[in-house]
Amino acid sequence: TMDVPQDAPTHCPGTESEDAGKSSACAGCPNQNICASGEAKAPDPDLSKIRDSLTNVKHKILVLSGKGGVGKSTVTSHLAYALSEDVDCTVGVLDIDICGPSIPQIMGLQGEQVHSSGSGWSPIYVDDNLCVMSPGFLLASPKDAVIWRGPKKNGLIKQFLRDVDWGTLDYLVVDTPPGTSDEHLSIVKFLSEAGITSAVIVTTPQEVALLDVRKEINFCKKVNIPIIGIIENMGAFVCPNCKKSSIIFPPTENGVKGVAKSMEIAYLGSIPLDPLIGKCCDSGQSYLQSPHAQGTLSYKNISNQIKDYCYISN
Amino acid sequence: DNLSSVKNVILVLSGKGGVGKSTLSVQIALGLVHAGKTVGILDTDVCGPSIPKMLNLENASIYQCDQGWVPVFATDDKKLCAMSIAFMLGSKDEPVIWRGPKKTAMIKQFLTDVHWGEMDYLIIDTPPGTSDEHLSVVQNLKGRVTGAILVTTPQAVAVSDVRRELTFCWKTSIPVLGVVENMSGYVCPHCSECSLIFSQGGGEELAKQENLRFLARIPLDPNLANCCETGRNLIDVFPDSATLKPMMELQVQTDYCCKSR
Repeated sequence: TMDVPQDAPTHCPGTESEDAGKSSACAGCPNQNICASGEAKAPDPDLSKIRDSLTNVKHKILVLSGKGGVGKSTVTSHLAYALSEDVDCTVGVLDIDICGPSIPQIMGLQGEQVHSSGSGWSPIYVDDNLCVMSPGFLLASPKDAVIWRGPKKNGLIKQFLRDVDWGTLDYLVVDTPPGTSDEHLSIVKFLSEAGITSAVIVTTPQEVALLDVRKEINFCKKVNIPIIGIIENMGAFVCPNCKKSSIIFPPTENGVKGVAKSMEIAYLGSIPLDPLIGKCCDSGQSYLQSPHAQGTLSYKNISNQIKDYCYISN
Repeated sequence: DNLSSVKNVILVLSGKGGVGKSTLSVQIALGLVHAGKTVGILDTDVCGPSIPKMLNLENASIYQCDQGWVPVFATDDKKLCAMSIAFMLGSKDEPVIWRGPKKTAMIKQFLTDVHWGEMDYLIIDTPPGTSDEHLSVVQNLKGRVTGAILVTTPQAVAVSDVRRELTFCWKTSIPVLGVVENMSGYVCPHCSECSLIFSQGGGEELAKQENLRFLARIPLDPNLANCCETGRNLIDVFPDSATLKPMMELQVQTDYCCKSR
């Protein structure tokens, strides 16, 4: 994968590439000598620090989707709620959407600040067995824009893995921004020595979203992350008035099930487009507190499948 | 300079993903073309380009001329053209796994090496966030942006991201044309009851608080989603759609706001 320093020229081949320090773009780059010597190809010493810091974190699950606004943060938080319903199961949520962190608002943690202790930054606890870390906790005001290019974003992700006192966790669920860029490459690289990592893909049913999702699935295949399965979000809409269902985001070409089948990954289920879900997210409450809602049943079913997957892969 | 004959440059921004930036970029463009303008759309979402699909140009590719790359024309009369990384990819399933500097270089090329020609409007569709792509666009266009349209959905979670994008506009001195609220209310096809799936009024509230123009409120319409899936113009396929009125309002407002700058 590509690793490009902040001060590199535009066509930098990446410090880990065979051409590092030798390509035409390298002429005049301040890092040329280091790259040419092969020193930059040496493993990042922080990877072993991250491994040590996460020794007691059993399963790291990335929540991915090529497209934005399909419900990654909603799904991340609700999977975390569902997994942590078992009081013996400890769950952490890590938000690496540096420029658009939604987790604090969705989980009712706006205005929380991170405290540091001797053992690192303390995550914010929602419950005895559920804790959260987000770049949103580092902002002075919710209006603040984090106008950062890649390297600064990567630096913060590294800190979240290396310097946060995660303690003992059964699951660390990682919410990601859309795309296949810096944040994604960095989290994969930073977790490379820390053991079991797998991904859950979230999408909405329409082809415009599936277009990006196929790219994300191929990304996982390229960087060797096993995929637990794909979740269809915002599936059917059930009218609260007449109780009939309709499809707002029309699928084509067999929709999400079709993608799961053609790309040989598991289909974990569909979460309906229930206005109550959006309302819960805006007010920072768990939708699972409505125990009989269709969506609650879907979330529980999906979280059980994820537990089974992790149990077997262990 | 390849942008010297482009009269207006509009950025379509939103901190949040999936709020309809690409959909509205395309529909604004189609509306302006309908009104007789020549329009280009530049897709700067390098990792998740949607514009070609929405213009039914998925299999198009790019040619070179003496002045640079020729954008892909979407209509026979050459009133609408587009440029996207998707035109350069071998397979549409292939991920573009690029860190910032490569994305930055690509966007720079789109702004300097594409022969846009005479054009009333260049509409720039952006990915979510406030990072490499946005900084590159702003740095390469230095002061040539007519204004930005901020797209949001009504719910609080989306509005908070759009607030951050607004801070970005202020910090980088980009004028804001106004705010559009998309996916505002859904009318059940069975009983005609309007459900506020993603709440309502968040965009208008934001506009009021920040003293910005509120451009339009577009409902959540499966017909519009269908147009995006098949690359067709709402006005051609669903002339009776209730979405058409606010959509035309958005198109007219956009034109008006640019003229008054």
